[in-house]
Amino acid sequence: MPMSEPPLGGQRRKEVLRQSLSVGVATGAYAISFGALSVAAGLDLWQTIALSALLFSGASQFAIVGVITAGGSGAAAAAVATSTLLGIRNGLYGLQMSRLLEVSGLRRFAAAQLTIDESTAVGVAQPERSAQRLGFWATGLAVFAMWNLLTILGAVVGNALGDPKRFGLDAAAPAAFCGLLWPRLKAGDARAVAAVAAVIALVVAPHAPAGIPVLVAALAAIVAGLLPPRHRGQVDNGRG
Amino acid sequence: MTLWTTVLLASGLAFALKLVGYVVPHQTLDHPVISRVTAMLPVALLSALVAVQTFTGSGGVLTLDARAAGVAVAVTALLLRAPFLVVVILASVTAAALRAFGWG
Repeated sequence: MPMSEPPLGGQRRKEVLRQSLSVGVATGAYAISFGALSVAAGLDLWQTIALSALLFSGASQFAIVGVITAGGSGAAAAAVATSTLLGIRNGLYGLQMSRLLEVSGLRRFAAAQLTIDESTAVGVAQPERSAQRLGFWATGLAVFAMWNLLTILGAVVGNALGDPKRFGLDAAAPAAFCGLLWPRLKAGDARAVAAVAAVIALVVAPHAPAGIPVLVAALAAIVAGLLPPRHRGQVDNGRG
Repeated sequence: MTLWTTVLLASGLAFALKLVGYVVPHQTLDHPVISRVTAMLPVALLSALVAVQTFTGSGGVLTLDARAAGVAVAVTALLLRAPFLVVVILASVTAAALRAFGWG
């Protein structure tokens, strides 16, 4: 039975909603670059819309489009694999959020669909339980609306624009990945893993089809995670 | 695999992963090895993606072009604690500007 919690005061409610809305607008804005990159990669408008509405996870979406841009539809399996591995963190967010939201039945499906970096971040950041719930749902819905609307805009404009490189959109994707990576680099271990992964990917890239280098680098992370902490330093040095 | 298969398969798997946290008992997933691996996975994936999408051209050949400048500007902006959207826009503008002047 859910704990009864005091309702949010009007001031706090406004604060949370304002935060959710600004995150929604900011996140949605770079959906324009996703839409344009997606159609440039060869996906049609409906496939692009489907990715934003159904998959609805920015990093995975950019990864799919990036791999297909580099490797064509032959790289589709690698694209799906990369997207799915990136999506594991949403499962972890779900673990966190399910404890806070205490949803049951069909609402769990709605909550799951909206479980992404931003909704979880805003939700978890609130001190009060009712603010956590409001923050999660409001951010999730705001991002979903803005992300999908601006995906359509980007796709439509992208078709008219032609080459996304003219507008530097091919730099937008790795920049967005940098932004997602940045807060995760605080621990020393993470920086080492990031450095090794980047090197592995670049070493493998000229010798493997599109999408494979990133997956090989991910394998390195799995191995690093599986080793007990005191062995991790040795293996990283060995691999160079 | 057709593009539609790719889109729907990736979407289905993504949703399944999101749902896991809401339907599986927590004890099943609260294992230290799982925590360590899943903490490092996005780090490795994102870092590798940054590297490949910045420094490789067609065929995976290592390339240096306007994207690298854009990403360098992005990293600088992140160091200066710029908001996410500003970081992405600055990277695009940098790459576009360099190309407009004929480099990259």
